[in-house]
Amino acid sequence: MFYITLIFDYFKNYMKTRLTYRSDFWIEVLSDLLFNGLNLFFILVVFLQTQSMGGWNQEQILFIYGYFMIPYGIFISFFNLWGFSERYIIKGEMDRILTRPAYNLWQLMLENLDPASLFSALAGMVVMIYSWVKLDLPFHWHDPLIFIVMVLGSILIYAGVYVSLTALAFFSDAPTGILPLIWNIQNYGRYPATIYNKLLRSILTWILPFAFVGFYPAAYFIDPENWKWFALLTPVVGIAFSILGITIWNIGVKRYRGAGS
Amino acid sequence: MLSAYLEVIRMRFLMMLAYRVNYYSGILIYALNIGSYYFVYKAIYGDHAMIGGLTLGQMTTYVAISWMGRAFYFNNLDREIANEIRDGSVAIQFIRPYNYIFVKMMQGLGEGVFRLLLFTTPGMIFIWLLLPIQLPSDPSLWVIYLVMLFFSFLINTQLNIITGLFAFFLENNEGLMRMKRVAVDLFSGLIIPISFFPGWSKSILEWLPFQAITYLPSAVFTGKITGHAILQNFGVQALWFLVLIIPIYVLWVKSKTRLFVQGG
Repeated sequence: MFYITLIFDYFKNYMKTRLTYRSDFWIEVLSDLLFNGLNLFFILVVFLQTQSMGGWNQEQILFIYGYFMIPYGIFISFFNLWGFSERYIIKGEMDRILTRPAYNLWQLMLENLDPASLFSALAGMVVMIYSWVKLDLPFHWHDPLIFIVMVLGSILIYAGVYVSLTALAFFSDAPTGILPLIWNIQNYGRYPATIYNKLLRSILTWILPFAFVGFYPAAYFIDPENWKWFALLTPVVGIAFSILGITIWNIGVKRYRGAGS
Repeated sequence: MLSAYLEVIRMRFLMMLAYRVNYYSGILIYALNIGSYYFVYKAIYGDHAMIGGLTLGQMTTYVAISWMGRAFYFNNLDREIANEIRDGSVAIQFIRPYNYIFVKMMQGLGEGVFRLLLFTTPGMIFIWLLLPIQLPSDPSLWVIYLVMLFFSFLINTQLNIITGLFAFFLENNEGLMRMKRVAVDLFSGLIIPISFFPGWSKSILEWLPFQAITYLPSAVFTGKITGHAILQNFGVQALWFLVLIIPIYVLWVKSKTRLFVQGG
């Protein structure tokens, strides 16, 4: 319960600082949407020239992309630790976090809330519903439930991968350039994993499981005959990777020694 | 005077060299982007022999050369200028005995040369080993491409300078800068070649300067544009370079009467 009330307190705090610079907030939302719109635009223009992408039609690709944006937007809103090493390790702010009673990672996430990205999730929802209708997919009573479980699974995968990578800051002093690298790999999850070669596909499934943040869960809804059971692995992979991430994080925090004076 | 500007290029080059480690991961990031587009286009082509006037082999080359070209012409001069205007240090530049705009351009060039030698060239070799890229065998095409790429740099830098100078007139031009970045990536043909666009938008894009940044040089290099049309495209680039000098000049003259420093 304590952890839930923390969310609201931090969120209120965020709103107060943000509303001081109102136009800035909307600019951020707009440019976020524009950036996502870029990929959407790519799909639309490309399908003017062809009917299928590796056997998938335009609405199916849009569906996958719409799904992809939802866990992504939610995750980014809560996890905004790209400058972790600089701000918390080098400048020593981690000391402040560790002296407080709440779990350190939770505090870090709340301190860096970025709800502007929720608009991306919303846009993804719109794209997904649009293509759901266009594809004339059946709608079962359990679909919303499964959808929520899938999105949670995808978010946990993101969390697992990025928490492990952020934790690297505890083990090496130099800020690593690996985060933007992985950032680009996740873009491979936007498209059907079937278009990649075998090597890439197994990396995206088992090592950096970004196919589970877009393609596999989306395929549960658009092509259940082939993908139903595989797609249901999403929450399992999510739990496995988040446990891994938090374990690495906790080991890292134990190693942490305050920097500076 | 000229030697002063050359010194500016050299200084920026050395400054970039000091932080070169970031660039190794940058090459991998570009390679990942190119790889992703390669697979996507491969799936899109399927059984099509040619889409938008390009074969799959040409398309792969187009994507690779466009991204690696971007590594050369890309710079953050818009942000640098906007920051200098906001914190007031541009006032010092006004009284120095050189042209501020020209110095910025030279700094961009220093960065560009650095990126060309330590990013684009090794990156291109790396990508060439990984993907089926068809590089032209005609050496004159390489020379033409390099000249056109230089004009890409000039035009992109001019657009950056214009965006940056707007900080004199808008208190916060962050939104404008982000918008410009999306516009350059999309309308220049980096994300999708202009020939893929539907008819009406294609003719709009042909009247905008963005296509001169990526599409024209890359299309020449991949052999989509040949013969006499090459010269014509180079003319388009040169024309945009000359035209864009006008807004920069106007903005610069006007800005001298507009300077107010926010919290300097």
